[in-house]
Amino acid sequence: MSTHTFKVNGETVTVDVEDDVRMLWVLRDVLGITGPKYGCGINVCKACTSHVNGKAFNPCSVPVGAISESDEITTIEGLADGDTLHPMQEAWIDNDVAQCGYCQPGQIMAAVALVKRCEAEGRDIDDEALDEIRNICRCGTYNRIREAIKAGADNM
Amino acid sequence: MSAPTRAPKERRDVSRRRFLGYLVAAPTLVVAAELGRQQLFAPPGASAAAIPSPPQVADAYDLLDAIRDTARPTANLVKVEVNRDGTVSFALPRSDNGQGIITSTAMIIAEEMDLEPEQVNVTLADSRPELVFNQLTGGSSTTFSTFTPIRVAAAIAKGALLDAAAHLLGQDVDTLTSRAGLITGAGGSAIPFSELTEAAATDVTKQVEVALKPREEFSIIGTERGKSDARAIVTGKKQFLADMKVPDALPTVICRGPNLNSEPLSVANADEVRNMPGITDVEMVSTGVAVRAATTGQAIDGVNALRVEWDGGTVEGENDESVLEKVRAAELPLAVPSVPGETVEGDFTFYFRSNSALETNMAIADVRDGSAEIWSALKVPITVQHDIAEQLGMPVNAVTLHVVEGGGSFGRRLFGDAAKEAAEVSQKLGKPVSLIWTRADDSRQGRTHPMATSRIRAVVAGESVVSFEQRHTSVTTDFGHGLGDAATAAAAKLPLGAVGFSEAIWELTQTTPYDFGAQTRVLSEVDLRFNTSSMRNVYSPDVCTARDLIVDQIAAKMGKDSYEFRREFLRDDAMRAVLDKVAEEGNWGRSMEEGTAQGIGFHIEYKSFAACLVELDCRPETVNREIRSARTGPRVTKVVFASDGGLIINPLGYKAQVMGGINDGIAMTLTSSLHLEDGHFIEASWDNYFYTRQWNTPLDMQIFIVDSGRPEPGGVGELAVAPTCGAIACAYARATGTVPEYFPILHKEPLPFEPYPTVPPIPPSPTNGLEMAR
Repeated sequence: MSTHTFKVNGETVTVDVEDDVRMLWVLRDVLGITGPKYGCGINVCKACTSHVNGKAFNPCSVPVGAISESDEITTIEGLADGDTLHPMQEAWIDNDVAQCGYCQPGQIMAAVALVKRCEAEGRDIDDEALDEIRNICRCGTYNRIREAIKAGADNM
Repeated sequence: MSAPTRAPKERRDVSRRRFLGYLVAAPTLVVAAELGRQQLFAPPGASAAAIPSPPQVADAYDLLDAIRDTARPTANLVKVEVNRDGTVSFALPRSDNGQGIITSTAMIIAEEMDLEPEQVNVTLADSRPELVFNQLTGGSSTTFSTFTPIRVAAAIAKGALLDAAAHLLGQDVDTLTSRAGLITGAGGSAIPFSELTEAAATDVTKQVEVALKPREEFSIIGTERGKSDARAIVTGKKQFLADMKVPDALPTVICRGPNLNSEPLSVANADEVRNMPGITDVEMVSTGVAVRAATTGQAIDGVNALRVEWDGGTVEGENDESVLEKVRAAELPLAVPSVPGETVEGDFTFYFRSNSALETNMAIADVRDGSAEIWSALKVPITVQHDIAEQLGMPVNAVTLHVVEGGGSFGRRLFGDAAKEAAEVSQKLGKPVSLIWTRADDSRQGRTHPMATSRIRAVVAGESVVSFEQRHTSVTTDFGHGLGDAATAAAAKLPLGAVGFSEAIWELTQTTPYDFGAQTRVLSEVDLRFNTSSMRNVYSPDVCTARDLIVDQIAAKMGKDSYEFRREFLRDDAMRAVLDKVAEEGNWGRSMEEGTAQGIGFHIEYKSFAACLVELDCRPETVNREIRSARTGPRVTKVVFASDGGLIINPLGYKAQVMGGINDGIAMTLTSSLHLEDGHFIEASWDNYFYTRQWNTPLDMQIFIVDSGRPEPGGVGELAVAPTCGAIACAYARATGTVPEYFPILHKEPLPFEPYPTVPPIPPSPTNGLEMAR
């Protein structure tokens, strides 16, 4: 066992767990932060998508030992500003996107990062950009996800 | 806002049909109605064009009727309770895995009681053995089965509250109005439900009669409403099973064998694995070796470190083609001889497909001291509860089964595979466990939609179709979840004599919407010990794909347009209205670039009619577009879908189900399948199993509701899949000039992945996630 300190959703936390345990299980099983979901464990389904220092990443594929004290992790639980939802979360509600909802925390976190990346690269949120999203939704909500991202991007 | 309705009119209108329910003895107002007793729906009338086909079983009596009727002999009460805070509670004896039935049920109750849907608290009921067959979520039947009983209970509750208010206010009940939980009398005096529920309560259970709110007065039903848990979902607060904390229920993963259903013979290094970090237990169970640990990741590491000797499983040495040969051997002959020049025939193969949901199979179990408490997402909990009691050697009432909302179902949650396993592990360890199937397990060992062939022969004479035969041959579909028994019981009342349960489901669901003269549809099955189940429908997507392809060929033979031909041969005008809608909105027949084409599909089921028009792009630059670890292939660029599903409770939720069904249809027809090699399925994750992704989904999707005024809701959960499959298959044939003979169409294309090893069973988690952050 070894000690790891980092920031999650604005709070500094310290966990006592082996270096090679993936962040997904540190978040879920150790810290009880369950917004990031298990869907594959091999960085394929993207259901655990969260942010590290503002970029989208998949905690299933990062050993806790690779996270340093200065790293700031944001999960879906930390996206809203208190009771004020992030524009992407609002867009998700307005477009009635979710069905079972299991993949949606990851979808929203991926969407926010995509919009920021496109903005930085001077690209539009067009079909080509939306086709890049790898997050799986087995309920098949893809079309409302596309609509919501366009609407959410307008308000970001 | 719900409009105020005046009580007296609706309660005293003798011309309207009245329904029976109960006031239940309780300290506060509790009312009940019987599931399975109430019915408004009449079968659609058939009007004949061309050579009328004799009535088919599913026209007059289909699976939805069977599910409802099987419940008739039991007094299966659903209860609406008015709480002391003025809200209304209802425990729905169904399983919500994203279909939105919690939201729509709240709308139904709110409508009848003139409440806002937020004032209605709908939860999922625990397993209730007394409901016998009436706790089944399947066959797109929920709203159809529960609509009227829930309304009856709600209407009785409102009536009792009005009577209590009349008494307390000293006013005639006719002068009272009710809105949003407040009953108002003449002169503005008002009493909220919260202050009436005790006064309205009864100390003797009694039967009462009630009339329901007429459709013209609906102000909630038929309006668009977002899902009730939308905010919880987008903030990460919605609790799925894996997010629940049951004290000491540590993550537990099963080490499974290399072949389908391999059983463990011996473990060489259990002690070594037991000493790995975080691991608390290693125990051989019937399906593998269970590893319990502090974190799921450590349990997975333990599983991968185990050295286990396995048997060969249930399909040792088999592969796709050897199984197909066995299916072929079980095919029944077509009855009408092939006549050169007059016969249109087709023979289509459908490979195995996985119904794995995004949330894998999962259950929490605490089996200690002679009792068991289990949590899982279960669509037929009563069957699972009985099975677990038997397996554990306990009486049924020692087993408590909580139905938890699941992360998708698509047929998976019909079975309690994880619940049974968790119960076994917990009993053996004497400790609580939170058992999770890994993705690899869920994909390789989980249930599949069985391989099948569908053969059709149609005899055409001039402008008529004289006969239409379809022979469907399939690896056996497992209906062991109890639907089988329900349907068999119901089928015994049909003019079919004794039939097996698969045949019963077949007859209750399959019907051809066209007047094609003499028609026969026959199912035969071959049991090859696969783990199967329905998958967002049982037979219809495959049956409809085959039928639509042949319908297009018959039309071509007669020199008719695909749409015009369907229009002419459909059996009635309500069906035609749906077909016309997609043709109009989708601009059927517009000129298309070479390599692209339109296709049209049509299907009737679940008391609903559905048509789909797609545009498919099969140009090389589209088919061969490169995306890492992906199936690209032809792209459905546009979908126009229309359906008449009777009364629609929530159009927004209805269209959501259609959207999901369309994306399923795309996967089923083009991209998604399992490949059986040497006794096991090779797909171990999502970049192996190609369910629809953003790069496959249509860029333009339009969904229309056609309303012909039918009074009851039909089913929608699975409705959209079949006609979408048919439309895509037809578009592919037209765009490429080649009629596909097997599905999914890309099944035999080179795999864009290297299969993961089967030993160790779980692909290890990568460590480069930070490098991939973007």
